[in-house]
Amino acid sequence: MGKGLLGIEPLERAEIEQMLDRARAYQFHGGGPQPKLTLCAGRLVVTLFFENSTRTRSSFEIAAKRLGADTLSITASGSSVSKGETLVDTLNTLVAMHPAAIVMRHASSGAPHFLSRHMMTPIINAGDGTHEHPTQALLDARTILDRLGRLEGLRVAIIGDIAHSRVARSNVHLLSKFGADIVLCGPPPLLPPQMAVIAPGVTLEYDIRKAVKDADVVMMLRVQLERIHEPAIQAGEYFRFYGLRLEHLELAQPHAIVMHPGPINRGREISSEVADSQRSMILNQVENGVAVRMAVLEKVLLQ
Amino acid sequence: MKLLIKNGRIICPASGLDAIADLLIEDGRIAGTGQDLSAPGADVIDASGLVVAPGFIDIHVHLREPGFEHAETIATGTRAAAAGGFTTVCCMPNTKPVNDSGMVTTYIIETASRVSPVRVCPIGAITKGSEGEELASIGTMAAAGAVAISDDGRPVMNSRVMRRAMEVAREVGVPVIDHCEDLNLTAGGDMHECVDSVNLGLRPIPSAAEDVMVARDIILAEMTGVRFHVAHISTKNSVAMVAYAKQRGLPITSEVTPHHIALHTGHMKPYDSNYKMKPPLRCATDIDAILAGVASGAIDCIATDHAPHAGDDKFQEFEKCPFGITGLETAMGISLEVLVHSGRISLARMIAMMTSEPARVMGWKGEQARGALKPGYLGDVTIFHPEYPWTFDVSKSQSKSRNSPFGGRTFQGGPILTIVGGTEVWRAPGY
Repeated sequence: MGKGLLGIEPLERAEIEQMLDRARAYQFHGGGPQPKLTLCAGRLVVTLFFENSTRTRSSFEIAAKRLGADTLSITASGSSVSKGETLVDTLNTLVAMHPAAIVMRHASSGAPHFLSRHMMTPIINAGDGTHEHPTQALLDARTILDRLGRLEGLRVAIIGDIAHSRVARSNVHLLSKFGADIVLCGPPPLLPPQMAVIAPGVTLEYDIRKAVKDADVVMMLRVQLERIHEPAIQAGEYFRFYGLRLEHLELAQPHAIVMHPGPINRGREISSEVADSQRSMILNQVENGVAVRMAVLEKVLLQ
Repeated sequence: MKLLIKNGRIICPASGLDAIADLLIEDGRIAGTGQDLSAPGADVIDASGLVVAPGFIDIHVHLREPGFEHAETIATGTRAAAAGGFTTVCCMPNTKPVNDSGMVTTYIIETASRVSPVRVCPIGAITKGSEGEELASIGTMAAAGAVAISDDGRPVMNSRVMRRAMEVAREVGVPVIDHCEDLNLTAGGDMHECVDSVNLGLRPIPSAAEDVMVARDIILAEMTGVRFHVAHISTKNSVAMVAYAKQRGLPITSEVTPHHIALHTGHMKPYDSNYKMKPPLRCATDIDAILAGVASGAIDCIATDHAPHAGDDKFQEFEKCPFGITGLETAMGISLEVLVHSGRISLARMIAMMTSEPARVMGWKGEQARGALKPGYLGDVTIFHPEYPWTFDVSKSQSKSRNSPFGGRTFQGGPILTIVGGTEVWRAPGY
């Protein structure tokens, strides 16, 4: 079975370090046009997105192109999925075209894991349901390293809808492997107590002021307040108790940075003043997305 | 028509019998047991080295017919039952149409009489269409042969409707069986709520979803005086509540499935739908409580909740896959392994949990009496080897479906001969 990238949890720390180091070589350093590499020439990367995405899909495509690979982009609405085809049949059809890797986002947790048990083509998970989003955690780690130089011993507060966040899970697993102290924070219905034991080094906090106290990194999550299976939370109440504002940053370390996987909801989980502040790494994260995904694709395509 | 089974170890828990002896079946009914019986003209089976027990009864199966014949039919499901050593199965009403009328009950009974090697006793729905609103034709179904009522996987959420159904069932004389699940607490969940469900990003099914309904149903059963049976018990709190209700003398019984005593969340292969069922596999602490409940008698029966699903339906995204696994052919092997070989209960008690206890829950009497090797009882016998090793090859299952997590698992002991009404209906390959 081909080795793709399904999640952070099963990876060794050394494998992660290797990808983060490699990503550094692919970072944008300004200047003229970026050279197009030929490392992965002749290899086809299919991006298959069953959920909407702007930044993840485009950055995977850019990354593949920079490596010299060919890309084919498929979205659920324009494919045979909307004609009732099963996931397995869709994947088998694509596999018959011999892609070197399939980058996939799907609303069901475990969908790429299920598929990878039954096909040879490596699958790169670009987000599965509420489970993992490994390349997001890698680009977040790259961004923290760029600014703070280390992960070990950092206090990282992750705030928002933890229960439904694949970004949170992947970040928890990555940061835990590197010995960070992770504080998860959110309203009780969105922060299941079991999160405290999915990896070492995690604590839970239901008060945002305590969560950001002395934090080196404050990572905000996008909040979707209405879900089919859960009672809605009032937006005003949410922002009052869990929205990140300038006053909170005064409690954090002087060098603390603010991150957000995007898309941001101004005035819901983060105030505009914070989002647009010098501490905000939101656009650096996007930029690192391309570099990290080049490192991941290179590893998967050239294995 | 006579059948003489010689030299077997006859274990009949209801008669307190455990001895090497002979058993005679005459004209489809048990004639008697004894030493050195002779019966001129009888067919003779030598059961030396084997256990001869009353025919096993499974009061919780899904035969899928009418309506879902791509997953199972009455013919294939009952063949699997015979292969598993069962001589009677009670089938849940979630067919299409739902078994909520005398007509569907009759259809199932008549079809079974033509195609089934074992006895099939339908369970009628509690509400019309199992929609939880209007009462089904409970008296009519019972008159047609339904032995209990249940809305199984679509449990009655409205407590007033449940109360009224229990009142009717009490007068009709059938037990009410509930799949205890508060659907609002489950909210589309796919897996037991625990650290694994949180880590895997699967929507949780909390233990509380079962617990609150067990509590409600026990309260309503006491209020109405109906015989009430908890299907597939899976949580430690439920076991405690059932034990308490029994201690108070209420007519409340419960069953556990083989998979809920053999597997917990730690055994699951992530996102493998052969581990997806309702109630979900719970924690190791729940299994401990269930095993204690089996030993103490809080749990009366073993029932499989045999739930076949077509391969395509189980071969997709985990959250899209339907709930349930097959169970008829592995029930005896699992029960022997987890309950008897481990020393938790005696072999006789395990047999009781699969014969006389389910018969007591259903209340079969007179011509319908079964679950014991007493004269006049139906001539149903299960002969099994308590120790021989065999491996479950799911690809050779008699069921039409393959959705079992036990494929490839080796068991110590299993069914050898299944006899219904004095006629052999199944024999293990090689015997």
